Amino acid sequence: MNAAGFPILSLITWLPLIGCVVIMAVRGDEATVASNARWTALWTSLLVLALSLVLWVKFDPREPGFQFNESIAWLPHYRIGYKMGVDGISTLFVLLSTVLTPICILASWDSIQVKVREFMLSFLILETMMVGMFCATDFVVFYMFFEAVLIPMYLIIGVWGGPRRVYAAVKFFLFTLTGSVLMLLALIAMWLHAGTTDISVLMDTRFPVHMQTWLFFALMASFAVKVPMWPVHTWLPDAHVEAPTAGSVILAGVLLKMGAYGFLRFSVPMLPDASQTFAPLVFTLSVIAVVYTSFVALAQEDMKKLIAYSSVAHMGVVTIGIFTFNEQGVQGALFQMLSHGIVSAALFLIVGVVYDRIHSREIVRYGGLADRMPGYALVFMVFTLASVGLPGTAGFIGEFLVIIGAAQINFWLALLGGLGMILGAAYMLYLYRRVIFGTITHADLRHILDLNPREWAVFAPLVVLTLWMGIYPSSFTGFFDESVAAMVQHHHAAVASTVRLAQEMVH
Amino acid sequence: MVYAIAVFAPLVGALISGLLGKAIGDRAAMGASVLGMLIAAFCGPYAFFTLDEPGVVDLGTWIEAGKFHVDWALRYDTLAAAMVAMVSFVSMLIHVYSIGYMAHDACPRYRFFAYLSLFSFAMLMLVSADNLAQLFFGWEGVGLCSYLLIGYWYDRPAACAAAIKAFIVNRIADLPFAVGLALIFLAFGSIEFSSIFPDVTKHGADTYHLFGTNFPMLEVIGFLLFIGAMGKSAQLFLHVWLPDAMEGPTPVSALIHAATMVTAGVFLMARMSPLMEYAPYALTFVTFIGASTALFAATVGCVQNDIKRIIAYSTCSQLGYMFVAAGVGAYQASIFHLITHAFFKALLFLGAGSVIHAMSDEQDIRRMGGLARLIPVTCLVMWIGNLALAGIPPFAGAYSKDAIISAAYLAHTNIGSYAFVCTVLAAFLTAFYSWRLLFMTFHGTSRADHHTLEHVHESPLVMLVPLLLLATGAFFAGMALHGWFIGEAQADFWNHSIFNRPDNTIIPQLEHVPAAVEYAPLIFAAAGILLAWIMYVVRPDLPRTLARHNRRIYFFLLNKWYFDELYDRIFVRPLFWLARYSWRIGDATIIDGVPNGLAALAAGGSREAVKIQTGSLAAYAFVMLIGVVVLVGVFMFFR
Repeated sequence: MNAAGFPILSLITWLPLIGCVVIMAVRGDEATVASNARWTALWTSLLVLALSLVLWVKFDPREPGFQFNESIAWLPHYRIGYKMGVDGISTLFVLLSTVLTPICILASWDSIQVKVREFMLSFLILETMMVGMFCATDFVVFYMFFEAVLIPMYLIIGVWGGPRRVYAAVKFFLFTLTGSVLMLLALIAMWLHAGTTDISVLMDTRFPVHMQTWLFFALMASFAVKVPMWPVHTWLPDAHVEAPTAGSVILAGVLLKMGAYGFLRFSVPMLPDASQTFAPLVFTLSVIAVVYTSFVALAQEDMKKLIAYSSVAHMGVVTIGIFTFNEQGVQGALFQMLSHGIVSAALFLIVGVVYDRIHSREIVRYGGLADRMPGYALVFMVFTLASVGLPGTAGFIGEFLVIIGAAQINFWLALLGGLGMILGAAYMLYLYRRVIFGTITHADLRHILDLNPREWAVFAPLVVLTLWMGIYPSSFTGFFDESVAAMVQHHHAAVASTVRLAQEMVH
Repeated sequence: MVYAIAVFAPLVGALISGLLGKAIGDRAAMGASVLGMLIAAFCGPYAFFTLDEPGVVDLGTWIEAGKFHVDWALRYDTLAAAMVAMVSFVSMLIHVYSIGYMAHDACPRYRFFAYLSLFSFAMLMLVSADNLAQLFFGWEGVGLCSYLLIGYWYDRPAACAAAIKAFIVNRIADLPFAVGLALIFLAFGSIEFSSIFPDVTKHGADTYHLFGTNFPMLEVIGFLLFIGAMGKSAQLFLHVWLPDAMEGPTPVSALIHAATMVTAGVFLMARMSPLMEYAPYALTFVTFIGASTALFAATVGCVQNDIKRIIAYSTCSQLGYMFVAAGVGAYQASIFHLITHAFFKALLFLGAGSVIHAMSDEQDIRRMGGLARLIPVTCLVMWIGNLALAGIPPFAGAYSKDAIISAAYLAHTNIGSYAFVCTVLAAFLTAFYSWRLLFMTFHGTSRADHHTLEHVHESPLVMLVPLLLLATGAFFAGMALHGWFIGEAQADFWNHSIFNRPDNTIIPQLEHVPAAVEYAPLIFAAAGILLAWIMYVVRPDLPRTLARHNRRIYFFLLNKWYFDELYDRIFVRPLFWLARYSWRIGDATIIDGVPNGLAALAAGGSREAVKIQTGSLAAYAFVMLIGVVVLVGVFMFFR
């Protein structure tokens, strides 16, 4: 049936829910339940990670289409099915989700002390939803997972968050839900037109040009909020600031990628003409995002907020890359998504480390940590450099490829889109200097402890990944090389045929 | 193989001392780092002297995206091998010197040595790159290491500020450089040297649309690459980071100014000579900036009082010379000056370090004087370094600097004449500030307090041996190398690693300039020395009087033409202001105002709506009655 010999994608998707059942079955006093929930969640997520590594090994990078396909008739009457499959574009995001989940569980080991069982449940449900979303090859299934991700995230922010958690959680929920309603409309319209919601069929369906236009905006309403693109980004800083560390990690690491993934999976291949027409709009918004949010990041006084704004700027580079419609740009965008998934996740964990000790995210509250926490300073430096896109780290490859892709469209797009290189260095090094360098002025920092073994275990895989992606990126780009090539070709063929049709109509 | 060892040995040293430094102890870490450098300093020159056939050491794929493909690969040709030999050798001496210099530092030293070795590795990667992406890797790598080392004493605010300034000014220049790489890919379909260089002439007629007109593609690329070089090599307008970079320990200054980092821009011009040769307007710009920098930095150097700052401005000025040479098409001369400069500039900085070491960390030359008797060896090597810097034959600088000044004259263009005038004037000023430094530091009567003077001592052997070796280099390098680099044998020596257009015959003509041109630099330098002698030995009151009578000029020069103040006013402060207002007004008020306003509207509206539900039956009945009346009314009217 597929390369793995068993329905691996469904197993990866639903296995965390089995972990949930186990956690719920435990009875006993609070400490027992909490400890049990932690260990069960960790082992479940590690098992999922191990399973997903099968994908890494068995995936055939020469095949551009979907692999490990599963299909179960669900609503045959309406030609809607439970269909799963991954291609080069989605495989690595499945892995990103399964890598980050155990790291998050480990990072919340001590910092979550209330309602531990519920927290772990939310996280495992979240993992199911994320993985399911990246595996779905049916629009309806995708839509359900896409929306369902909101619920555990909403709870994680709203229950375990900071003082303004309710405001942040509701804002997060409403912003993303508003866009989703429009996506539902687009979904229904596409189903009515094509008669099915199978993604690979929809990709080959030609929607009339005028219909593409409004479909494009309906989908963009949903994806742009998730990315988030300027000016619908303001939910992100609030959500990040209030979310617990692990929540921020998943939010930055995976949830932001859902929007860009949506663009790649739906907007660009299914609506080629509209994408081509409105690419300049996306470029404009993206460049504004890069420049404007970088400036805003420079002025931040809260560490998490600063990194949240830097995420918006980095995702601006991603949207530029996607809409260049050339191999360098799109591959750069994909790589930037992956590297941002690792690096920004790590940066939120970095903030979490000192937050756990001092319970403040105010930058002025720190300073001079290098003396007391050399290990922390080193790890922080690695991710700072990756964030500013230093060659040899993950951050460089994506940004560089996007600049190369953008230069094929327009000089100013490349130059302005690349401004993040300068501004990113400014706000990240400024942050690093204020937190790590200088002399200790706050008495309680004199006795702050360096990373403990659990924290080293959290950061070690991320450091390795960051350097690996920077030094030998081919082991990652190899996954999506063929899929992107096919997608780019498909896009240009579709646009060309529309132009030909238009010319024939004139004659 | 030997060549690859030369490049990677410093990396191994850096990793061992950086990551294991805590575990294996300071001494072992230092040993690993220095050993790595010693291996490199043996292999690098060995690879240079045994080079027959150019080649490439391929190490595997780096980036692949569709047609875009770059490898990790080391290019092994004369240009790269000469640079590798110089960088590894000079870096090694600086490492050895640092053992003595950093001995009294309070921090654990493994971090310092790890950074130093990493710095050397990045520079070696840069010069041995086989494609522009890998060059960019080294390029950013030296930027990073300079950041780490300038900010080495991280508890000093000035050091942190200087470190960030260095990184960001470099980044500002790196962005155009990166876009230039993207345009090279657009034009050539590759950024590997072996694919670009043979195709340059094919793309001579390509144009690129910018600012509403069409520019030749090669010119646009040339300009963008040079902007990158301006940042790294601290040329006018982007030079502001270099003088501040002396906030780091002195060996770091020596490394930045001599062997690594700032020479990268000059190297880039030489490496890209096959392309730059076909971008004449870009080259004109290169000459203009180079010549202006040479003169500008020399004027500032004349009035500074910090011993390291004087030498820093002299680096800036000498780099200007190198760009003049590149700009008029004499890349060989620019690399020649780069190499000789590496020797005497490392010598000067390390010598200055020895002075500072002796003077208990005093850096102001106004509080020195008469040190010649107390630290004779340091005094001797400083004299040699300054003789080389000022271009007095037979010291190294004389050969390379004269070649550059002659090349500017031989260009026979307007910009060439401008460069000739600037460089000759700069030669005068160079000699002046060099001897000002010498006289004020080593001669006359001491102006230091007796407490400092009691502690003055010659540096230990581990510092003096590198100084003496560098002094040997500063003395002989010009004599020994000029035949290869710019003399009769140059074409064979370079073996096509540097390209000159067929109509560019400056290098062969170098020997045939009018006597006036040939002796101009020497005469001007001698005049500079004479003036310094008059002002600081014969009439020591003269400088003060001059400064008092020309306050405005004096302060203009002392404050470095007010570049820092200007940039602070027009860039730094407005941008921080913009940042704050984008956040407070843009994000918090305008963009968030819409959803928050809608939410407030909904909440307020429902709060009002709730009030209608009073529970009073009479009120409900009354409202219903009104409803019926309105309904019936509407029905009657619109029937």
